Amino acid sequence: MTVPADKLKWMYETMVKIRRYEEAMVDAYGEGKYPVFNIGAGPVPGEMHLAAGQEPVAVGVCAHLRPDDTVTAPHRPHHHAIAKGVNLQRMTAEIFGKVDGLGKGKGGHMHLFDPEVKFSCGGIVAAGVPHAVGAALASTMQGRDSVAVAFIGEGAANAGAFHESLNLAALWKLPVIVVIEDNAYGISVPKPASTAVPTNEVRASAYGIPGMRVVGNDPVALYQVAQEAVDRARRGGGPTLIEVETDRYLGHFQGDPEVYRDKDEVEHLRQRDAIQIVRQQMVTEGMATEEELQAMERRAYQEVEEAYAFARQSPDPVGESALVDVFAL
Amino acid sequence: MPVTSTQRMLTGNKAVAEAIAQEMERDPKVFVMGEDVGRYGGIFGATEGLFQRFGGERVRDTPISETGFIGAAIGAAAEGMRPIAELMFVDFFGVCMDQIYNHMAKIHYMSGGNVRLPMVLMTAVGGGYSDAAQHSQTLYATFAHMPGLKVAAPATPYDLKGMMMSAIRDDNPVLLMFHKQLQGLGWMAPIDASVGVVPEEPYTVPLGQAKIVREGRDLTIVGLQMTVHWALAAATRLAEEGIEAEVVDLRSLVPLDKQTVVNSVRKTHRLLVVDEDYLSYGMTAEIAAMVAEQALYDLDAPIRRLAVPDVPIPYSHNLEKFVLPNPEKIYEQAKELAEQ
Repeated sequence: MTVPADKLKWMYETMVKIRRYEEAMVDAYGEGKYPVFNIGAGPVPGEMHLAAGQEPVAVGVCAHLRPDDTVTAPHRPHHHAIAKGVNLQRMTAEIFGKVDGLGKGKGGHMHLFDPEVKFSCGGIVAAGVPHAVGAALASTMQGRDSVAVAFIGEGAANAGAFHESLNLAALWKLPVIVVIEDNAYGISVPKPASTAVPTNEVRASAYGIPGMRVVGNDPVALYQVAQEAVDRARRGGGPTLIEVETDRYLGHFQGDPEVYRDKDEVEHLRQRDAIQIVRQQMVTEGMATEEELQAMERRAYQEVEEAYAFARQSPDPVGESALVDVFAL
Repeated sequence: MPVTSTQRMLTGNKAVAEAIAQEMERDPKVFVMGEDVGRYGGIFGATEGLFQRFGGERVRDTPISETGFIGAAIGAAAEGMRPIAELMFVDFFGVCMDQIYNHMAKIHYMSGGNVRLPMVLMTAVGGGYSDAAQHSQTLYATFAHMPGLKVAAPATPYDLKGMMMSAIRDDNPVLLMFHKQLQGLGWMAPIDASVGVVPEEPYTVPLGQAKIVREGRDLTIVGLQMTVHWALAAATRLAEEGIEAEVVDLRSLVPLDKQTVVNSVRKTHRLLVVDEDYLSYGMTAEIAAMVAEQALYDLDAPIRRLAVPDVPIPYSHNLEKFVLPNPEKIYEQAKELAEQ
């Protein structure tokens, strides 16, 4: 075991929190949308992209990050946000479109911004990568040692913004780590049908930077790879590209009929669920007692519950507030 | 303003570069990046001398990678820097419009005002020198249409310096367009308007304030950048025939100084709007609609519009001349309008 006990406990508790958060969102999102699915109805309207199963990616990387490190995330952002320490109550209020939300109800689930912990995300595939490059440039120019991490899906590795950003980051030797979450599908299209190379970490060689791949949705293996990448970036050693094999338990979005994969595929993926594996590992290796683990789980559940309660009681914004915040005054 | 020998004259490009240099001197957070902005000094001279003075860290040549470096400017602005990125020709917007429209313009709003992007995107606009459809547009309306961007288009070296200063100091993303013909470059036909009095000390010209550049009682001509200078030329000829045109330089498209336009129309009762951009859905339509809403009953004649007639900018000299506004066309439209 090469992950320090306190880090592994943090990773476990954070994964539990993320999973609980996403499960609760399945229910909250479903409210008012049935019997005939209506995407615009219920307390959480619009599109919803959930990350249950992809927790290892977020915790394996964010375990190495400080509040002054930057994270940019894509349209499926909850796990990264939670692992980066985004204010969970205000994040949830934003997803419910409430005045206490991070964006006062103007952003929604794909557009979460928490400058306190330097987190942002967006709904355009690959578009956050250049923002991470810019954050890393600012860090360098300001003489800081903070790093920037861009999380993207494997589908984003075929977009121009990804390649332009890697070239720029490598050219200027910036403290950037680009983490590709390979959940095997770009919405419905399987990776082999969209991507000319079997794995994306090889694309790092096109920019003369290290490229690593982590298989098996394994947060411990990723922790080690990410440590090397973050340390290198902090020392001024430049960017790293990491592709992580991960598992998407739910649809691309809630309501996705998932006609593109076998019904038993997810059941199969759940056999290697990282939350269960890490839990077992900590018990076996005596890193945590059953009581300690249960206390962590209770704490995570409670935090999620409080976030949803906060979001539900927060008022809706008045319509006229749509007219402010276009410009800073 | 009368020019005396003690007043310093600068070309447009030197006015822009001086504004950037003085702001870089004042504020270490300000830096520039773009294609050929370094030793070359910018294809249109907007960064002339900056690399030599501030070095390659703060005056960064970039790859031909507009999504990458405009996106990076956004990321740096969110982290407390004040980047100035140059999009060499506005026509190149197509390869990076996602960063401009979906991110630079929207992040402040989507964050509920929690994230500020104090950045300038400067870009060269305009035609008239046979550079054809992909290097001659102004695209004023394309950018002004989108909420969240301030859009400045100064017409004189004085305003170029002062509005660039304001743009750099603004906490919002500002698109500052400089017109190639007004940069005073040695490799374009020289025009008087590309040289003007520019005080050496730093000063600002506010964004969102139009300027009456010629007073008149008989009609109002509204334009910006080259169309202002063409309108002034037309006004001189009209004056010889006893028609006094008032010429309004909008200077900024966002914020738009509606009041100055409306006040002028209330005085002259006639309006001609001239644009070097496409006619339909453009600036001329916006000004016409705004005046119709606010001052319809002050008008003594229907509003007239003169702009590029909804065709791409053509290459061959006669073709381009045919589609762009010029003093002659403005004179004809204005004369008809005044006599209507």
